[in-house]
Amino acid sequence: MTRRAAGWKLFGGYAVLLLFAAIYLYPFLIQIATSFKTDAQASSDPLALVPNPFDVTTWQRIFGLTEDSPVPIVRWLTNSVFITIVVTAARVFFDSLAGYALSRLRFRGRGFLFAAVLAVMSVPGVALLIPKFLMVTYLGIYDTYAAMILPLVVDAAGVFIMKQFFDSVPVSVEEAARIDGAGVFRTFWSVVLPMAKPALITLTILSFQGSWNEFTHFLVTTQDADHKTLVTGLASLASGELGAGSQFPLKMGAALLTTIPVAILFFCFQRYFVRGANEGGVKG
Amino acid sequence: MATIDGSRRASGGIRGREAIAGWVFTAPMILILGVFLFIPVLMALYVSMTTWNGNGSPFAGGQNAEFVGLDNYSALFSRDGLTRDNFMQSLGNNFWYVLFVVPLQTATAFFLALIVSNRFLKGKSFFRTAFYFPSVTSSIAISVVFLFLFQNSGAVNAILAFFGINGPAWFSDSRGLFHIALGKVGVDNPGWAQAEVLGRSLWAWSSGPSVAMCVVIGLAIWTTTGTFMLLFIAALQDLPVEVDEAAMLDGVSPWQKLRLVTLPMIKPTLFLVITLGLIGTWQVFDQIYVMGKGAPAGTTLTPAYLSYQESFRSLKYGTGAAMAFIVFVIIVLLTWFQRWLMREDRGTSRRTRRAAAVAVGMQQGKQAGGPS
Repeated sequence: MTRRAAGWKLFGGYAVLLLFAAIYLYPFLIQIATSFKTDAQASSDPLALVPNPFDVTTWQRIFGLTEDSPVPIVRWLTNSVFITIVVTAARVFFDSLAGYALSRLRFRGRGFLFAAVLAVMSVPGVALLIPKFLMVTYLGIYDTYAAMILPLVVDAAGVFIMKQFFDSVPVSVEEAARIDGAGVFRTFWSVVLPMAKPALITLTILSFQGSWNEFTHFLVTTQDADHKTLVTGLASLASGELGAGSQFPLKMGAALLTTIPVAILFFCFQRYFVRGANEGGVKG
Repeated sequence: MATIDGSRRASGGIRGREAIAGWVFTAPMILILGVFLFIPVLMALYVSMTTWNGNGSPFAGGQNAEFVGLDNYSALFSRDGLTRDNFMQSLGNNFWYVLFVVPLQTATAFFLALIVSNRFLKGKSFFRTAFYFPSVTSSIAISVVFLFLFQNSGAVNAILAFFGINGPAWFSDSRGLFHIALGKVGVDNPGWAQAEVLGRSLWAWSSGPSVAMCVVIGLAIWTTTGTFMLLFIAALQDLPVEVDEAAMLDGVSPWQKLRLVTLPMIKPTLFLVITLGLIGTWQVFDQIYVMGKGAPAGTTLTPAYLSYQESFRSLKYGTGAAMAFIVFVIIVLLTWFQRWLMREDRGTSRRTRRAAAVAVGMQQGKQAGGPS
């Protein structure tokens, strides 16, 4: 291939990539722009990326700073933050406990348990809506934080990731600790977990993203307005359940608010999103 | 639960402690997955054989929850009525959805991966990030944005107008793509298409996705290509450089190289992406919930959404649960098929399989959530 042909090819490559980048990023840019537009401008000038006039009423409404604020977005935000933190912390802890046991501890039934984890991973979430609802009402915890949080604190995929990680780490260090007389939990807590940092970060990110974006589970386990999260709240806002009119700036603002935490996480830990997990040694 | 068999007893108390620790460490997992996944699925299996209407306990029998055996299942396939009509329409819709989304997302992802993998390209990570970002954000938030972009006087129609095209009323247009195309050549509901299959005419079955469904299709492609692109990039990086050089020396054209060298070598990844796509596309729910709840004219109904609607809106939990189990079986079969393809000896590299594990984790974090 001549230098010139290669140059043209590269140029063509850039052109295609830029076009696609525009398609992939525009919806996010328009969220930002629209949330600073007035209702009228959002409808009359939907393409513009520069709000004119620049209007902050939407954000004042979102944070409850105006008189007419029927949309309790701050409440949704608080719920989302609370649930995400509790679920992520619990999930990382329980998943690594189970993953460690399935990888390292020798006990009868271990093979069966791991097979069960694999089986559970193939169960599609959409088939679990009715089952979850049935159990939550059976236990009498419908419309409570317990119903929102408890079923999420362990996930099979996370256990699988941790098990695969521990499989790839040599046993020698732990054995030294054991010989020194440390108990199983002690070894796990102060020797194994610090070594597992890359896998723990990956799992934290997956859990955070999963519980922050969670929708169907909250849809079938709660009903009242007090338990809405940003995601379920946004869904009801979009269905027009709250207030009349298109309210596009408000919807875009709420959508943006829902996107921001995961976006920050994504840009800070991109390595772990994109290939960090590979380095972390999620061995296939 | 410290059952120690003979051979292990020899090594003494440490093994016993290990066995106890094993059960203690896995106890939270067993408890949560047992209580919130395994038992509930059995409960739902029972409910799928009742007529429970949401009143009282589903397990009490009587008028509210009469046991009817497999009646709910057979009704979905063989009893004339609205329920079967809706269910068949949802299967048809989802079939068209799969048929459009899977090839398009696979091709787009592969295409982007090829360009981004160009050795001489600068700013690779920027493009990779841009393409991947939609995959990690909330499906609800993105659906809301698409509602805004595709409204009648929205951004998409504004762009189309710029090119002199009169954009459709996306969310209220129930015409199928194939029906529109056939209409252009003068075919409209002809006599030969009146034969009924499972309660729907052949004409209805062959509609293609409705204009409204096309928006959902576009959304699915837009959000999933990033993940699949990463899988392809991983596979392309695994290709030995020598093959590339040998191909170059032999003077093959880029197109030949793609067809004869690259594609055969990344076949395992291609299969993986396709099966992951198949699994994901049968689960579409969130997008439907936000973008019209089945409207217009039921053309965006999917079995997953219909199951929800039957149960939680029409309070026919038995029928809804039966639909959910049918979706369940479709997806589990596809998953097993995918795992069978990914067996160790089928030539997928470790890197690809690792990336796949993470991709699946992401997908479940996104779609299933919780004990997935």
